[in-house]
Amino acid sequence: MKVSEFFTRMGDGSGVYMTAEEIREDILKGVKDAADRGKIAELTQDEMDYLFKIITMPGNIVGVERGREVVSTSDSGSCKMTYHANIAMERSMAVLVSEKVLGADSVDIGNMDYSYKAVKQIIHNETPVMELAQHNAVMPVLYGSMPNLGLYTKPDGPVENWSELLPLAKIEEARAAQEEAVEHAVRDIVFVAGEMYEAGADGINLDTCGASGDADFLAGLLATEKIKEKYPDLGVEFGAAGEFVLGMHGKIEYDGAKIAGLYPHKQVKLAEKAGANIFGAVVNTNTNKSFPWNIARTVTFVKACTAAAEIPVHVNVGMGVGGIPMSEIPPIDVVTRADKALIEIGKADGL
Amino acid sequence: MAHAVSSCMSGIRTAGDLVLRMQLAKSMKIDAAKQYVADKLGVKPIDLSDSDLMAEIRAKNGLGRSFDLNKSPKGIEAKFNIARILGIKINSVELFRGRAGLNKEGA
Repeated sequence: MKVSEFFTRMGDGSGVYMTAEEIREDILKGVKDAADRGKIAELTQDEMDYLFKIITMPGNIVGVERGREVVSTSDSGSCKMTYHANIAMERSMAVLVSEKVLGADSVDIGNMDYSYKAVKQIIHNETPVMELAQHNAVMPVLYGSMPNLGLYTKPDGPVENWSELLPLAKIEEARAAQEEAVEHAVRDIVFVAGEMYEAGADGINLDTCGASGDADFLAGLLATEKIKEKYPDLGVEFGAAGEFVLGMHGKIEYDGAKIAGLYPHKQVKLAEKAGANIFGAVVNTNTNKSFPWNIARTVTFVKACTAAAEIPVHVNVGMGVGGIPMSEIPPIDVVTRADKALIEIGKADGL
Repeated sequence: MAHAVSSCMSGIRTAGDLVLRMQLAKSMKIDAAKQYVADKLGVKPIDLSDSDLMAEIRAKNGLGRSFDLNKSPKGIEAKFNIARILGIKINSVELFRGRAGLNKEGA
């Protein structure tokens, strides 16, 4: 390591030393990549200079300026201790640990499968967990799951598998299958939301909308519409699956806009239109690029998203998204730098 | 945990849960949500992240705390106070009222 080099990381989490010139070059390249793909404004020179300062700040961790703190929501928040860390703990207890020990601003309860289709079958065992949590917790507790449209395909589900139809050039059949799956998914999501509303949930987290492409994203939007129509007091957080909605269908529209190909600043407008209260923006991490490149690119997308949004935007900052490395245990040095950059430059309303 | 320490309000240690409630209930962006909660509590927005000050305010108003003192409102009890002070409906509070018969005449 040379004296003039700074420690940072690659997108896979591995440590790397870079010179100031290399960091500045990667920041600029990341900004330009986002601006080019999203057709959005680049960060200003002052913002890029400040981002450089954040990346190269001394100290293992950094924090936002006093008064700039934001709030947090989660996806599968109460499952992190129970299912993922394998601590034998009932989920409503994990809610209390999140609240009283970890300092969470909210948390969501989810099932191991974390898909509305799977939850529907066992809803009678899910609602008591929510009821107990609501009796004992003070902070907002949401219920979360994914639309997960792929689960509706044969042999596990009722519709034809578009991933098998597309390679056979059966385009229309693949589109019809996705449209049918949307109807099933919306019905399941709204059913679960209704049960959770009656169990006292503060909100529903529609997590990873678009994971199966544009039809999956549409299912989230239509479900949001119906939830807000039936349960206006139930909050809805609409979380995206990626920075770019894949066109598995290709022709699906919502409110006159083609969903395939939308980046966060346009995704949020559809979520708003559907009635969502919070939008979860996602920008993917490139493991082959440096943290400076990834966070510069992410902040550029997020700044455009928060500027366009009329609802609060919570940026996804888990492993592999939001500038965070794709690493099972995200290193705290770059996690805190990503947070600071997303809030102070990207103007995120939450994480 | 890293996010809470570095960049978030830390929930009921401060007023993070209250600010989040306003985002979820009224789609308020972060500055508007903080201003709303600050006005209701009679403090400045920057005070909402001060765990020392908020511990006092939460205790005084019965809003629930990380380390509950004896005879202080906990869980759903604290949420009754939060709903009243913020002027919002909290789903679990409304359900509690109904299921405990608190909405009945004479209750």
